[in-house]
Amino acid sequence: MYGVGLIKGLGVTIKNLILPGRQFTIHQYPDRKIGPIGLARMEGKNPLAFALSRPGETLKAMMGLVSVPDKRQDQHPRFRGEEFSWYDNRCTGCASCAKYCPLGIIKIVTSPSETAMQEGDKYAIDVFDIDIGRCMFCGLCVEACPYDALHMGSGFEEGTYTRAELVINVDMLKAAPKKPSQWFRPQLTSQNYNPLDSDGKEASSQDVHRHEKPSQSDQEKTWGQR
Amino acid sequence: MHEIQTAGILDFGSLERFFQRVLPDSLDRFAFFIAAFTLAFIVINVMVQTTAVYTWFERRVLGRFQGRLGPNRWGPFGMLQPIADLIKLMTKEDMVPKIADRWSFNLAPIILVFPTLLVVAVIPFGPDSFLGRLNIGILFVLGVTSVNTIAIFMAGWGSANKYAMLGAMRGVAMLVSYEVPMALGVVGVLILSGSLAMSDIVIQQNVPFLIVQPLGFLIFIAAASAEMSRTPFDQIEAESELGSGYNTEYSSMKFGMLFLGEFMAPLVTGMIVTTLFLSGTRGFDPIPGQVWFVGKTFAVVFALLWVRATWPRLRVDQIMAFAWKGLFGMALVNIFLIAVEVAVFQDDAGKISTNSLWIMSAINWAIAIGVIVAVANILGQPNLERPTPVPSPLANMYAEAD
Amino acid sequence: MAVKTEPVTINLGPQHPSTHGVFRLRVKFDGEVVLDVEPVFGYLHRGTEKLAESRTYVQIVTLTDRLDYTASMSNNLSYVLAVEKLAGIEAPERAQYIRVICAELARISSHLMATGFLLNDLGAFATPLMYCFRERERILDLFEMLCGARITVSYMRPGGVLQDPPDDFWPALTRINDDLPQYFDELESLITGNEIVLARTRDVGTISAEHAINASISGPILRATGVQWDVRRADPYEIYDRLDFDIPIGAVGDTFDRYLVRIQEMRESVKIIRQCIEQTPDGPYRADAPWFIRAPEGDAYAAVEGPKGELGFYMVSDGDISPYRCKIRAPSFINLTALTDMLVGWKMGDLITIFGSLDVVLGEVDR
Repeated sequence: MYGVGLIKGLGVTIKNLILPGRQFTIHQYPDRKIGPIGLARMEGKNPLAFALSRPGETLKAMMGLVSVPDKRQDQHPRFRGEEFSWYDNRCTGCASCAKYCPLGIIKIVTSPSETAMQEGDKYAIDVFDIDIGRCMFCGLCVEACPYDALHMGSGFEEGTYTRAELVINVDMLKAAPKKPSQWFRPQLTSQNYNPLDSDGKEASSQDVHRHEKPSQSDQEKTWGQR
Repeated sequence: MHEIQTAGILDFGSLERFFQRVLPDSLDRFAFFIAAFTLAFIVINVMVQTTAVYTWFERRVLGRFQGRLGPNRWGPFGMLQPIADLIKLMTKEDMVPKIADRWSFNLAPIILVFPTLLVVAVIPFGPDSFLGRLNIGILFVLGVTSVNTIAIFMAGWGSANKYAMLGAMRGVAMLVSYEVPMALGVVGVLILSGSLAMSDIVIQQNVPFLIVQPLGFLIFIAAASAEMSRTPFDQIEAESELGSGYNTEYSSMKFGMLFLGEFMAPLVTGMIVTTLFLSGTRGFDPIPGQVWFVGKTFAVVFALLWVRATWPRLRVDQIMAFAWKGLFGMALVNIFLIAVEVAVFQDDAGKISTNSLWIMSAINWAIAIGVIVAVANILGQPNLERPTPVPSPLANMYAEAD
Repeated sequence: MAVKTEPVTINLGPQHPSTHGVFRLRVKFDGEVVLDVEPVFGYLHRGTEKLAESRTYVQIVTLTDRLDYTASMSNNLSYVLAVEKLAGIEAPERAQYIRVICAELARISSHLMATGFLLNDLGAFATPLMYCFRERERILDLFEMLCGARITVSYMRPGGVLQDPPDDFWPALTRINDDLPQYFDELESLITGNEIVLARTRDVGTISAEHAINASISGPILRATGVQWDVRRADPYEIYDRLDFDIPIGAVGDTFDRYLVRIQEMRESVKIIRQCIEQTPDGPYRADAPWFIRAPEGDAYAAVEGPKGELGFYMVSDGDISPYRCKIRAPSFINLTALTDMLVGWKMGDLITIFGSLDVVLGEVDR
């Protein structure tokens, strides 16, 4: 009473204003403004030496005009993004994903095409449309995939100007970067594969394998028994 | 006729004399107008620019208070953001509701901005104000600022919108009520300084009046923040209740004008508070008075921002009760106190020495705390102690199911 | 001269800053005083219950995320419990602990949002809201670690949880759990003692215990009236009977009590999470349940103590792979029962505050 609570509240807000650790719930995306000291640190130099060697840039940074790409996104490798990584050589066209999708937005058309001597019949995927305009990225299709062919991706910048562009077809899926999220893929976690690494390493179809690939002799044994 | 001592500021009188000297005798009668236009040009431009900077300052500081970044994209530290805002506002469609009262709807933004600009003319930025040593400066301020009550009511009425109407009605009731404690809060200053001229008030402040009469300062700042509708008294806009209050229906540059008036008000209030209570342009010597003035103004503005970032809003009836039951009484006590002290401490020439001012400060601070405690006791809620929670016998979650 | 006045009807919403979504109140005002309130809702109706009838049991999990989107984990838990009861699936112990941790985290995040928006409704210009969101973001980061999403989590499955938490989850959880009480202290020193908040919330929108029970209100609003009723204690599900926690209650049943109960519940949640971290056993995280569950004919009702109140799912099965009927007892919707009685007679500012203190989420009200 007597305004003590009001003054205590003022103390809390000024603490949040001044204490550096308390600032910025929000980060600017995709780039952020950086000051002269931060710029020098990014270059791995002493701020003073940096200021002497490149005074122009330091001045610009002091004016708050330098922005750098923000690499501080603490996105977890398990993040389910708005894209899919699909390995066509793993897909058998079983359409489990289409069946499990709660919204029915996956369309698969297959045709019997070739026969792989070792692994049995294979279907060619003619149509594989995912309408991500209606997708809610629940990941049930990924959960359903028995051959680890479909994976969630980590990207989330999928905005387009028309709804028609939001339908991902089989060519786009083939061309998309193969950076599967660790979501529901413990084999990627155990390999320490991080889709968010900036070096652009893609996971091969062997990496996303849930089981050990059977050796040649094992395969011969299996097929020999038939 | 008072003599101009320094060239610290160009005031209306000296401007007019200057133009009279420059112009040929036959054109002397135009000197008045030229001087007036020059002055108006300076005042309006300086104020609009400062307001632009202030909007950036407010959004930036408020962002920091809330753990946000605030505008930081365009220009150094986002300082060009006001320009972007302006372009956005200007390119928006100017919509007028079909059933709006067009005259009052269109006039309201102008009427809202004008008084705030007019006030600046009497603020002493140096030894004198723009209008020279206007001997009724403080009366001018009090009178002119009350005009915006009409503007807010015009905006609310003209919008033909129920939210705007509610906001305007609240606004009129509140602004009229807070005129009283505001004026009474200033009376203490007038008694101490013995003058209505703003520049004389500055000269009299050997000790800043904030220290001499804290009660008067509190009353004035509370009333002023109500006058410009800032938290905890932002009933006129009350964005969580009324959407945007009286300016709900405004768009484009008309909204820009309302916005301008709204953001200019804290600046002008900061200036008045600086003049009346923080000894205006006075400070230590190497730094010029104008810098002191701007610094103090922004300190006041920052304090207002700090309050805005922290406190919630009071309810309508609580605000009115605070004005009439709290601030009004406190103002009367303050006036009485200052009057008695002036009668006791002033010497034969009617002057009060600096030492006496310090003694007065000590007495006033003690009494101020007492008065605040008393008012809090009267206005505060009677039963502060909450009953201890007792589980209701109506339900027993440990009972076995039947 | 008597001035003739007449009441004015104002439509608060569906587009209004303080309706927490697309709620609409048709309010009759006498000046500032509320004479009559008529709630209008359904703007966010998506037919969740009907949609559930044409989906398999696992697919419905994704629908439950979208009910109370501030606490999707609680919705998941309630639904999953109902299905487990219906199909006779037993979740492993580890999964039960993980689910309780998630539900309590969801409770904290939901209560933080409720507190922040209550203060926003009081006019505190988003500062407490931003502070609350700061802590909520950290909790959402934890959810992202668990299941890759922050809001629409879809983490739980009948018979367990989708995935075992990653290795970095447990240290992060412990760190946040240790930090949270300090943030609650800070929040309380900003709000609880604030005289303006007290003046605005105390003895405002009071509802009696009897009235609350008669209107079948549940959750923090019921407990604020002094009724000590919590599904976690009254009908323990998962492993709540092994945990030690208090059920905070209020004294008067006003807006301030609702706020206080929420703050205390968050502290209790932190206590629960701490115990869960200590007790969580190793083992499987998901029972061997089929993907297409074929529940035997019959019905089941399971309720959890969600952040807003008793959140229950009533499932009827006819032996197919999708439920025959799914009825959701949405606490936000039922808590609105007493809205009119709470609001009439108060002023416009109080209307906003009382409505904010009810903490409704329109995704749940309209379903």
